[in-house]
Amino acid sequence: MQFRNHEVVGGIIELARRYRDEGADELVFYDITASPEGRSVDRSWITRVAAVLDIPFCVAGGIRTVADAEEVLRNGADKISINSPALANPRLITDLARRFGSQCVVVGIDSREEDGAWRVYRNTGDPAKTAFAGLATGDWVRQVQELGAGEIVLNCMNQDGVRQGYDIGQLQAMRSLSSVPLIASGGAGAREHFATVFASARVDGALAASVFHRGLIHIGELKDFLRTQGVEVRT
Amino acid sequence: MTSRVAIIDGGGANIASLRFALERLGATGELTADPEVIRSASHVILPGVGAARAAMDRLRAAGLDTVIPQLRQPVLGICLGLQLLFERSEEDDTGCLGIVAGTVRRFTEAADRPVPHMGWNQVAITRQSPLLAEVPDGSYFYFVHSYAAGPGPATIGRTDYGWPFSSVVESDNFLATQFHPERSGSLGARVLANFLTRY
Repeated sequence: MQFRNHEVVGGIIELARRYRDEGADELVFYDITASPEGRSVDRSWITRVAAVLDIPFCVAGGIRTVADAEEVLRNGADKISINSPALANPRLITDLARRFGSQCVVVGIDSREEDGAWRVYRNTGDPAKTAFAGLATGDWVRQVQELGAGEIVLNCMNQDGVRQGYDIGQLQAMRSLSSVPLIASGGAGAREHFATVFASARVDGALAASVFHRGLIHIGELKDFLRTQGVEVRT
Repeated sequence: MTSRVAIIDGGGANIASLRFALERLGATGELTADPEVIRSASHVILPGVGAARAAMDRLRAAGLDTVIPQLRQPVLGICLGLQLLFERSEEDDTGCLGIVAGTVRRFTEAADRPVPHMGWNQVAITRQSPLLAEVPDGSYFYFVHSYAAGPGPATIGRTDYGWPFSSVVESDNFLATQFHPERSGSLGARVLANFLTRY
């Protein structure tokens, strides 16, 4: 879920409730109010979400320091997800894992295929600032685990937003390098895409946004379908 | 509910979601390290996030390592709180409260079994108990942990993650779940409600 200002937080809470009722196993909130300029951020919305939600949720965006993470977790989030700040300061992953335990430290990786290689991109929230981070995706996947990441969300940018299916080849490659839970992101457009990514890439979870927001896929029906396809899902 | 719930303050633990879960059930939890408040509560919850040694150090510093084993009202350990009820934990070789016999061991990593064990997993009910009333056998609950206790006489729910472990225990007035009921949807809420109303 992505949102930009306080007026829509009420909508976020309704949406969170709806997804919880439909059977979502976990929710991720991308807080794009948390400014890149580093001004102070109002995180009271996290408490409002925590008050209504009884499934785990993760907050991504704007977490640059241990103190930021502490505030997010104290307000009731179960996990924190960091992306560009980890690229700028890889040590942050270790500091967060030492302080809070690797189980709540998620590293998000935005990866794009170029010239036959998978490359990590940073600042993907802002098209004007998006840039190659100077790392091969496989190297970064290995490194974040050594630094203490407890989970990796791999967002395959070539697939993101086009709803043509997850990037199975890339996810398979990164699966073989990941001993921590790997979550597929980017490309979900049909329920078959979820079945394929679980069966072929053996990911631990599949993340999607637009297909749920637009009502193209109902989570409960998706889980029923996955069950018929032999995927183990929570009832 | 008229329960007066004391949530033992081990310091550092994130208990916001637990408090909200209690509020959704109409109960309030008072976060406290005061032995008198804990002794006079109708129900006591021992939550826990973090490392066993740090948690035991904090309990000892507050004198709670001797208070907790003597409690007579229903006590619910959650996650690390379950592990602390046992005799020892392999985590930094820590002596725990010794209320339940057994040692807490670390999971072994495998290619398809990352540690920490994080996510939804099934609980097989091995002994009927009011704590698990109206909870179907094989229900999913939310786990986040790297250590666990093997099955023993106190086990009432069992989960598999490389090896079978105690996901729910009950020993006299001491109950505990390795999973997080406050993060386990409506069935987690059921377990918390059972603790507050059936004990």
